[in-house]
Amino acid sequence: MATIPNEELLKRIGEKFGEQVTLVGEPYGLLTVETGREQIIDLLTFLKTDAALRFIFLTDITAVHYPEQEKQIGIIYHLHSLTTNTRIRLKVFLVDGDVHIPTATVLWEGANWMERETYDFFGVIFDGHPDLRRILNVDDMTAFPMRKEFPLEDPNRVDKKDYFFGR
Amino acid sequence: MQNHPVYTDNDPQNELSTLNLGPTHPATHGVFQNVLQLDGERIVSGVSTIGYIHRAFEKIAEHRPFYQITPLTDRLNYCSSPINNMGWHMTVEKLLGITTPKRVDYLRVIVMELARIADHIVCNGVLGVDTGAFTGFLYMMEYREAIYEIYEEVCGSRLTTNIGRIGGFERNFNTIAFAKLRKFLVDFPKTLKEFESLFNRNRIFVDRTKDVAAVTAEDALSYSWTGPILRATGVDYDVRAMNPYSSYEDFEFEVPVGTNGDVYSRFLVRNEEMWQSLRIIEQALVKLEKEPSDIFHADVPEFYLPPKEEVYNNMEALIYHFKIVMGEIPTPNTEVYHSVEGANGELGFYLVNDGGRSPYRLHFRRPSFINYQMYAPMSRGMLLSDAIINMSSLNVIAGELDA
Repeated sequence: MATIPNEELLKRIGEKFGEQVTLVGEPYGLLTVETGREQIIDLLTFLKTDAALRFIFLTDITAVHYPEQEKQIGIIYHLHSLTTNTRIRLKVFLVDGDVHIPTATVLWEGANWMERETYDFFGVIFDGHPDLRRILNVDDMTAFPMRKEFPLEDPNRVDKKDYFFGR
Repeated sequence: MQNHPVYTDNDPQNELSTLNLGPTHPATHGVFQNVLQLDGERIVSGVSTIGYIHRAFEKIAEHRPFYQITPLTDRLNYCSSPINNMGWHMTVEKLLGITTPKRVDYLRVIVMELARIADHIVCNGVLGVDTGAFTGFLYMMEYREAIYEIYEEVCGSRLTTNIGRIGGFERNFNTIAFAKLRKFLVDFPKTLKEFESLFNRNRIFVDRTKDVAAVTAEDALSYSWTGPILRATGVDYDVRAMNPYSSYEDFEFEVPVGTNGDVYSRFLVRNEEMWQSLRIIEQALVKLEKEPSDIFHADVPEFYLPPKEEVYNNMEALIYHFKIVMGEIPTPNTEVYHSVEGANGELGFYLVNDGGRSPYRLHFRRPSFINYQMYAPMSRGMLLSDAIINMSSLNVIAGELDA
């Protein structure tokens, strides 16, 4: 089957969800829509199970931190319809301090580690996740290192002090 | 100190033993830890612990200009670094709207297919070693060396290649590189044929691998598997064929698929992919003859570092050099997702840009990370020795797993 044009895809989503899903843009041809956390599982389920769309493949889940925005944390989903070779990007923005979102592991087993990674680096709590632990960082870490306020280098390290270099 | 095991109830049959497989176990080929509960030799349950070599590449990338991120991608899947390098260059080119000349595309295809062969050589060779057949590994490793020598002629390094630049290559391929490539194309098929005849119908090998760790297509898709292990289950998803990049649409090749999704199918799929890669390289060499031989990068002076002699003697080149290094050239304020078919699956780059000299956010969709999460669930009920070869056949690379 041929690739679904973005207008048609957006129309299909609009028929079902109306105002709850808004268009963000089409950067480089990839349709990007935004929704709220109340609708995200419904939207994912619709995209996955709709007979014409069939976005059965979860490519990726990740997050982006925008400290200047009111809703600081953006969760980004990339889906891929293998039968029609269409991709779509979904975004959900959350207010810092209430970063809860339902888990996508109910739809894809593969979402498990992607969500654990997102939790590990951004502190996003995926409600209903079977095993939400840190995955790449050490278990007793308290910070969420991919947030913008986290410095790249440890401010306490002493081996780069000027006096070691005669300055 | 007790010298004998303590049974929790009266039936010794119910006693489970805990085994720490890894993090530095010779059979795991990398830093992988799995805490397994064993009933005799059968695995009852397992928990994977990863992150032993996490190096925070995504964080570092937010503080580096685009062209300095290439060496970070080297260290993802270090068995086939050129694919990662090219994938990153193409992501940035897509962001900046750079179109590369056909010759650059074909040269990239050659390098990427060589990298794929090198990766599959290691994976299939080591699968043989883990099943007790060392010979095939030794025969094949010679050709990974041959591939590394071609890399050396192209970029100067071998394992972590940092090959190419945004817009093309840092220098043209020399005649020795092409000579070595042609020699490889003559010699390697013979060995690959020999390798296949050594394994494909070898009774011991087939008994060890057939129906071991068989995965259905539904499970594989649910776990977001990509690459040879997905194709071994019968799903013909290959990024090269589905979303062609770097002029893959100009080439004729087949996407081999398996039927069972077991270790044996994965082995066969990888072997066939090596044949297809050879086919692609041969076509690329024919196509290169029709292209002007002095073009090896796109004409984008704002992003392609000029050669040093130019910088020292030419005003314009000096200005561009300065601007590139200082990051004074505006870039689009947008986001882009680009994926390439890495040696073990879809390697994706999600790049959010804010117009600055370094990414606002860069996320690597790492196939090893996503493929590996099924390992512990699928090991349940498996023999320990089967779990070992299952790990070899998944081709999980620790560098890519932990990023």
